[in-house]
Amino acid sequence: MSLDKFYYDNKLPKLFAIACIFWGAVGMLLGVIAAFQLAFPVLNFSEYFPHLAFGRLRPVHTNAVIFAFVGNGIFTGVYYAIPRLLKTPMWSKKLGNIHFWGWQFIIVCAAVSLLMGFTTGKEYAELEWPIDILITLIWVVFGINMFATIITRRERHLYVAIWFFIASWVTVAMLHIVNSFEIPVSFMKSYSWYAGVQDALVQWWYGHNAVAFFLTTPYLGLMYYFLPKAADRPVYSYRLSIVHFWSLIFLYIWAGPHHLLYTALPDWAQSLGTAFSIMLILPSWGGMLNGLFTLRGAWDKVREDPVLKFFVVAVTCYGMSTFEGPMLSLKNVNAISHYSDWTVAHVHIGALGWNGFLTFGMMYWLIPKLFKTKLYSIKLAATHFWIGTLGILLYAIPMYWSAFRSYFMMKAFTPEGQLQYTFIDIVQTVTPFYIMRAVGGTIFLVGVIIMIYNLIKTAKQGSFLATEEAEAPALEKEYRAPANSIWHSFIERKPILLLVLSLVVVGIGGIIELVPTFLVKENIPTIASVKPYTPLELQGRDIYIREGCYNCHSQMIRPFRYEVKRYGEYSKAGEFVYDHPFQWGSKRTGPDLAREGVNQPSAVWHFNHMLEPTLTSPGSVMPPYPSLYENDIDVASTNSKIHAMRKMGVPYPEGYEAEANNDLMKQAETIANELREGKKIKIASNKEIIAMIAYLKRLGTDINLEKKQ
Amino acid sequence: MKFSTYLEKIAGVSIYPVVSLVMFVAFFAIVTFWIYSIDKNEIERIGNLPLDDKKN
Repeated sequence: MSLDKFYYDNKLPKLFAIACIFWGAVGMLLGVIAAFQLAFPVLNFSEYFPHLAFGRLRPVHTNAVIFAFVGNGIFTGVYYAIPRLLKTPMWSKKLGNIHFWGWQFIIVCAAVSLLMGFTTGKEYAELEWPIDILITLIWVVFGINMFATIITRRERHLYVAIWFFIASWVTVAMLHIVNSFEIPVSFMKSYSWYAGVQDALVQWWYGHNAVAFFLTTPYLGLMYYFLPKAADRPVYSYRLSIVHFWSLIFLYIWAGPHHLLYTALPDWAQSLGTAFSIMLILPSWGGMLNGLFTLRGAWDKVREDPVLKFFVVAVTCYGMSTFEGPMLSLKNVNAISHYSDWTVAHVHIGALGWNGFLTFGMMYWLIPKLFKTKLYSIKLAATHFWIGTLGILLYAIPMYWSAFRSYFMMKAFTPEGQLQYTFIDIVQTVTPFYIMRAVGGTIFLVGVIIMIYNLIKTAKQGSFLATEEAEAPALEKEYRAPANSIWHSFIERKPILLLVLSLVVVGIGGIIELVPTFLVKENIPTIASVKPYTPLELQGRDIYIREGCYNCHSQMIRPFRYEVKRYGEYSKAGEFVYDHPFQWGSKRTGPDLAREGVNQPSAVWHFNHMLEPTLTSPGSVMPPYPSLYENDIDVASTNSKIHAMRKMGVPYPEGYEAEANNDLMKQAETIANELREGKKIKIASNKEIIAMIAYLKRLGTDINLEKKQ
Repeated sequence: MKFSTYLEKIAGVSIYPVVSLVMFVAFFAIVTFWIYSIDKNEIERIGNLPLDDKKN
């Protein structure tokens, strides 16, 4: 049989690797800054750089780590592994280059636009619609290149790593499109197509599966390729890897509602989320054990080889967080963990341990290969390993501690039946843990800097191997499946069928989970007294979203005695029907605001609080927002905002667009008067703070009206 | 536009979780049956794919 000669391209894997490490360092640095901001609010520099306040910085950190660091990490592995597994070069260098530069361009646009306050207000999907479209285009370019490569392959069987890449690609495409349905109001401003409970459900279906199909399945693909490579032995059980693949993608997609336990989401959806989360332990641990058992008989190598050290801890962290995740989806555990630092610790075990360490291991293996040399210093790599591990522990342990501490304080009652601690008491007691966490993160980052030094030195001592020659026979046209194989070979040999089946498998879960909530009226009982926001409140709400208030404040009171006592009547699904997007939040660094209008009806209080939070709440870690007192409300946008809302079913009267600004001015004047009469505060009624006060005073008051009637 | 106005009610929504469980068990059984039907030599060859890019 004649052998075809062809060349693997190493340039793109190299570029992606550099981007991965660069953005990784940037993303982690932003995380460290954000962590210190929580402990020392002065670091928000609000008076000088309103763009760097925690509410805007934190989304840049999360997006940078997920889509820039891990994203480029995935592409590094894909562009290196797929050609070698399929014995063919990537189909198109041009598409590869468009993919690389397009993705980096998206990252830059994302960072700049988020810091400027352009955000949809939906976690991990904050990017505004023009960037969403750009992401879709680049994702399609990546898909075309990947599938064309698969179709022109010289190896009939698709190794399991490629299955993970295919499923990740198709599911991320589906998630991104469904969650990004939004109606543009202007360039860089849109409203989510969904409202309230529906928006929350779609968002966490997306959010959960972004973790699943961006942070987990593609990295499992990397694990199934690079772990056998580094250990120089095949994966422990290839059969287990097939079970791992199918059950993981089948189950993961269902588990999204576990982010919404005890909220206003219908009960059946919550239970569905919990049940599937528990089942997820099985495939996840199957995969973890498959990874660890691959090293059977090679544990002596782990002692010497830094690559394997990183892989072992990465796979262990995968096991830890996939055990922890299902536990957190039990309602009684979730009652403690939700809105607390526990969630933060959980995701960082995944991000630092699983994604971080797997990436580092891959880089220590790959860079010497690409530069035809040996790693510059194994000792430095080992140092990085220990520093990184210490960093993870120092990050996570204070967060777990802080979570339990704040939980016990939140629910403590005096014998007279009053809450024992104020929210500020709790904030102050956990601040030291925030400092420790920030130190842990810093230590982890120091490890990364050591790695960068080590890898640069490695690259310098070697010479870059731009292309690698290889030979393989072309794929024979006629294929006869071996005896005893029933239909596995049928699917395995057909990438498009694999793609379609993956989509069907993840689609079933998505449909069963989402459709009933959209279709059944009884799921979201309407409340007669809940009315659309006034134009001024709507403008205020957009400022609330722009400043990223949802990063620290929830708007969802759970039906617990200690929450109802602290924040007021628990939230009802019907209260959010006009919330495009929903703002339930996922973390309470500050108190819940769902009934802020009831709890704090004074305009003067809000005015002083936003100007200098410690004036009204001594010990607060919230940054001040002086720019709101200088900027004018963007009244020019009112018309199109009302129009967009009406298009989505918010019952503003026909033609209200034209009158909206009159009502806005009137209400703004009322608030300015209240400030003048209350404390002789003089401020023009067209400033942003007036709109913000109007929104905060409105929050949660609709239900009170009903009681009075 | 409101999706919820399309259909007023789905009868017996509580059956969804049960349906889901049954579907998963069936799915799992099929996959398990599938993997045990694969020829042993074949699976060993595929499992070794990452390691044999040097040999060809």
